[in-house]
Amino acid sequence: MSAEPAAAGFGSEAGSRGRRALKALLSTGTIFLLLFILLAWIAVLNPNFLEPGPFLAYLKRAAPLVILAAGSYFVLISGGFDLSVGSIVTVVVVVAARLIDGDAGRTWPVIVLLLAIGAAVGVFNGVVSTLLRVPSFITTLGTLLMLEGAVFLWTGGAPRGALAENFRAIGREGIEGIPLIDELPWSVLLLVAIGVGAVLLMRADYGRQLIATGDNDRAARLSGVRVEQVRIIAFVLSGTLAAVAGIMLGGFAGVSAQVGQGLEFDAITACVLGGVVLGGGRGSVVAAMAGALTLEALFTWLNLQGISGALEDTVQGVIIIAAVAFAAYRLRGAR
Amino acid sequence: MEEVAGGMAEGRAPLLEMRGIRKSFVGVEVLHGVDLDLRAGEIHAIVGENGAGKSTLVKVLAGVHAPDEGTVRIDGEEVSFTHPHAAQAAGVGIVYQEFNLLPDRTVAENVFVGREPAARGIVDRRGMERETAALLEEVGETSFGPRTLVRRLSVAQQQVVEIVKARSLDARILVLDEPTAALADHEVELLFALVRRLQERGIGMLYISHRLREVFALADRITVLKDGGLVKTLATSETDSRGLVNLMVGRELDGYFPPRAEPGDLGDVRLEVTGLSTALLRDVSLQVRAGEIVGVAGLQGSGRTELARAIFGADPITAGTVAIDGKPRRFRTPRAAVRAGLGFITEDRKLEGLALAQSIADNMLLAVRTVIPGARKRRAAKGLMSVKDLAAVTELRAQGPEQEVRFLSGGNQQKVVLAKWLETRPQILIFDEPTRGIDVGAKAGIHDLIRKLAKEGVAVLMISSELPELIGMSDRILVMHEGTVAGELPAGAGESDIMQLATGHQEAAA
Amino acid sequence: MTVVDPPETHPRPPRERRSASWRRGALASPAAPVFGALIGVFILAWIVVTIRGGDFLTVSNIVNMLQRSVALGIVSAGQTLVILLGSLDLSVSQVISLSSLLAATTMDGQSANVIPAILLVLGVGALIGLANGLIITKLRVNAFIATLGMALIISGIIQNNWDGPAGRVSEGFESFGYTRFGIVPASAFLLLAVVVLVYALLRYTRFGYRIYAVGGDEEVSKLSGLRTHRTIVTAHVLCSMLAAVTGLFLASRLGSGTPTVGTDGGYDLESIAAVVLGGTALMGGRGGVLGTIGGVFILAVLDNTFNQLEVNAFLKDVVRGLIIIAAVAVYARRQGRDA
Repeated sequence: MSAEPAAAGFGSEAGSRGRRALKALLSTGTIFLLLFILLAWIAVLNPNFLEPGPFLAYLKRAAPLVILAAGSYFVLISGGFDLSVGSIVTVVVVVAARLIDGDAGRTWPVIVLLLAIGAAVGVFNGVVSTLLRVPSFITTLGTLLMLEGAVFLWTGGAPRGALAENFRAIGREGIEGIPLIDELPWSVLLLVAIGVGAVLLMRADYGRQLIATGDNDRAARLSGVRVEQVRIIAFVLSGTLAAVAGIMLGGFAGVSAQVGQGLEFDAITACVLGGVVLGGGRGSVVAAMAGALTLEALFTWLNLQGISGALEDTVQGVIIIAAVAFAAYRLRGAR
Repeated sequence: MEEVAGGMAEGRAPLLEMRGIRKSFVGVEVLHGVDLDLRAGEIHAIVGENGAGKSTLVKVLAGVHAPDEGTVRIDGEEVSFTHPHAAQAAGVGIVYQEFNLLPDRTVAENVFVGREPAARGIVDRRGMERETAALLEEVGETSFGPRTLVRRLSVAQQQVVEIVKARSLDARILVLDEPTAALADHEVELLFALVRRLQERGIGMLYISHRLREVFALADRITVLKDGGLVKTLATSETDSRGLVNLMVGRELDGYFPPRAEPGDLGDVRLEVTGLSTALLRDVSLQVRAGEIVGVAGLQGSGRTELARAIFGADPITAGTVAIDGKPRRFRTPRAAVRAGLGFITEDRKLEGLALAQSIADNMLLAVRTVIPGARKRRAAKGLMSVKDLAAVTELRAQGPEQEVRFLSGGNQQKVVLAKWLETRPQILIFDEPTRGIDVGAKAGIHDLIRKLAKEGVAVLMISSELPELIGMSDRILVMHEGTVAGELPAGAGESDIMQLATGHQEAAA
Repeated sequence: MTVVDPPETHPRPPRERRSASWRRGALASPAAPVFGALIGVFILAWIVVTIRGGDFLTVSNIVNMLQRSVALGIVSAGQTLVILLGSLDLSVSQVISLSSLLAATTMDGQSANVIPAILLVLGVGALIGLANGLIITKLRVNAFIATLGMALIISGIIQNNWDGPAGRVSEGFESFGYTRFGIVPASAFLLLAVVVLVYALLRYTRFGYRIYAVGGDEEVSKLSGLRTHRTIVTAHVLCSMLAAVTGLFLASRLGSGTPTVGTDGGYDLESIAAVVLGGTALMGGRGGVLGTIGGVFILAVLDNTFNQLEVNAFLKDVVRGLIIIAAVAVYARRQGRDA
């Protein structure tokens, strides 16, 4: 073998890890740019926006969607779809109200139950989609219908009961008395914690195997990855995080039968905006979460522009089509 | 339709004439000025080993590739095909190995897809079926009719549909690419009858096949290609199968290969396969010792990749055993095989070896995560190589560990695949076409690496269609034929010996 | 086989006897198991309802089930066209709502406005379908996202312009929804007409053949010279137009247009469910509108049964969800492939 140092052609220009991280960031960078522009524009329209109070309020609003996007990311990156997350949110809120019924002492046990429900739905979705070979689009569609039906079966159409104050606090309140910002919302803390957790998970063995599965599941299987297991876990993550989002939304938005409606599509839009490719294998969880922040910022911006809430849907529709078309265009150029 | 018998009329321009065809891909010339002609009513066989240039030549004729140099004449007139449709319009019909059929539609619907006879938008179904029936009649097909769903047909019958489809486009030049690869013996006889019927109608056929028995049964003339060049065109009566094989192979063994193993270098038997059978294999047995490189030769379809996949747990085994270090093991999944110390470098790295949108680092570490889970630090503690080390060992040329693998050249991509398996420190490595699609410079590097691994005690099973590589690298050579081991040859065996066994002849040259 | 006889006699291929070919065709069609299931479900429902003391096999009940099938049937016929291609349309609910609103507001109670209203609605439907088709073929956006995006776009427009029932259809138009010829409701004939039209389209026209070809294998179709994009766009146009027709029908039944009539009925997912239940594979290339109608009837029977048993309306959704999953799992197993 030649004595020439082969590493001369490898890695010498890439430089430090910091620079490589920056490069990685920039490659999925479009979404951050977009987010930055939007936030800046909002600040121009409403100078208060950048103050801690209003900005944290924006984050509080965005937090459930960001967490949903993170959960959806895991499923999307492995090549699947999870259409049940919106109905999981609704189920969580309705069940919470019914079981807690105003009694603060029940809050924590119920929260544990809610997370378990989210996870169980994920297991069902995962098993049916992998072992029974039903396309995940169909499976989760079926789950969506079953959950919606099951919940209203139980509540008879009108959600009953009430949440307790300590439950609501998760979505609404925060840690008081922090210098400078006055109150640090719990949802923002959760957001950061989950965000960091998601990033760490994607960098660990599991995350690497997950994304490889979405990219090329034949190669992954032949390299020893347990493809089915990896995908099932992705669905469990998605379901559990949907439950977390539901807990937040219950406190933030109150109890209603429509609280989760359409959220699955919002989550997918956020991911697609962030550069996640439908079909799997490409996109980062940070970008997906940035996509959610961007979507929320967009809605804020629309509000400030005086565009009524109704046209939000239209704008979202145009965006989602444009984002996917753009991604398809880039994909064709690159490969 | 013409009814020219025999087609040996003198003084007439041949039906097809290809002269001086040259073609390069990405700077590598794969056809070096090949000549070929075909007469009406002739069955003209094209033979050559894998990679001799047969399929490229056919693709040039089919209008899929434009030749860099050379001319193609049909009935004496020069033609230039910019698109497969132009070739079809000129009367060229190709029946590929992979059929282009719609399984849920009927035979007639498939034959006329896109060209359905219609009046004012309404399809003339009866007319379509009548014409299809007539075409089936022409080739003597009686086992199915125009209304049968293609899904219900056997492979042999589907092939007939493809032929009929080509004929429906008035093909007078029909190319059959390995037509009997998936057929049972009696179906082969039916195909022969069909081919002869077409011959009587004056259709000229190019018949590409490895199966010399068929070539001698059907063909009027044979063209031998080797390494992209024309060796000879001769009448079938002028040669026999041994002579043909000698024309197909027999090149100077130039190119350096690392020295083979001495008997003392070999250790215990690491991999032992006994009586292995799967859907496609029958009773395969072999042994590979530590430090040994056992080559596996054979023609396309002989079962080499199936053997590798069965050993690795990627396909189910119906009978027989696989023993690792003396202990019988049944790998139900590749994961189990990886954990037992096996590695498998597949034939098609893009399809099965790499996650193309992921980084070099991610691809290199993909398999080791199965064997030794845990963070980088834990793995480093176990003495595993870092990505940088792996790049150095394989002499990888790339921008950095974060570069996406899809941007690398073929050779470098293969090195990433190799690195992936090196990292798992396998005891047994299976290579399937290790240097396919890789330039000469990188090939040598990979050969060196393989021999180095063997010297370190790895037992290597190497499947290759490139005879020089196989002969140069192997300490022993197994030759497969139609799903079973036809024979074993010692190191340095001749190409001709290998091909004789690979084409189904029992005797090896003295 | 009418071919010039060669010297020897060829034995007739066993499958090609002309007589009873239609019977063989019917049994072999992919719709057969669905109608088998329909009969099974029907009988089961009959037994269950009768035991519980309800009326199942009465004329009025059967007419009831038929009425309920019309709206879903029309839109599902359209959905069949796109799913056969391997595509899909998630915007149908919104198109239905929009159509009902446009129809009612244009008509404004005047029978003179009926024709213009119908033309307008069909025109808008066609445009939406065209947009869907172009986004899918030219912008290369996958059908799920494209039609979902379109649904959101329409939803916003609806919400922006209307916040409740609006407009009034003319009396003549409204009476269509309630007319009966003997015991058979006029709307059933509408459904029949649509089904016959779509069936004929698929079975007899070049366009229908192309749908099956492109749905079966787009690559093979391209290689055979088919202009696949044209077929895809046309199918989407037809699907959206049929959704528009559904909107017209519902406007007739309700007397006015409603922003939520499409989503209330869950027509997007239900139409997909009917198509899948009917045996048309999500991957495309096989199946047909007859199977879809079978699926629609099964859903109508189930609906009716649950109503009769006074089962909670939402249990219906649960069962429906389970059935869809089970049906797809069974079909996926049989075909051995996944979408």
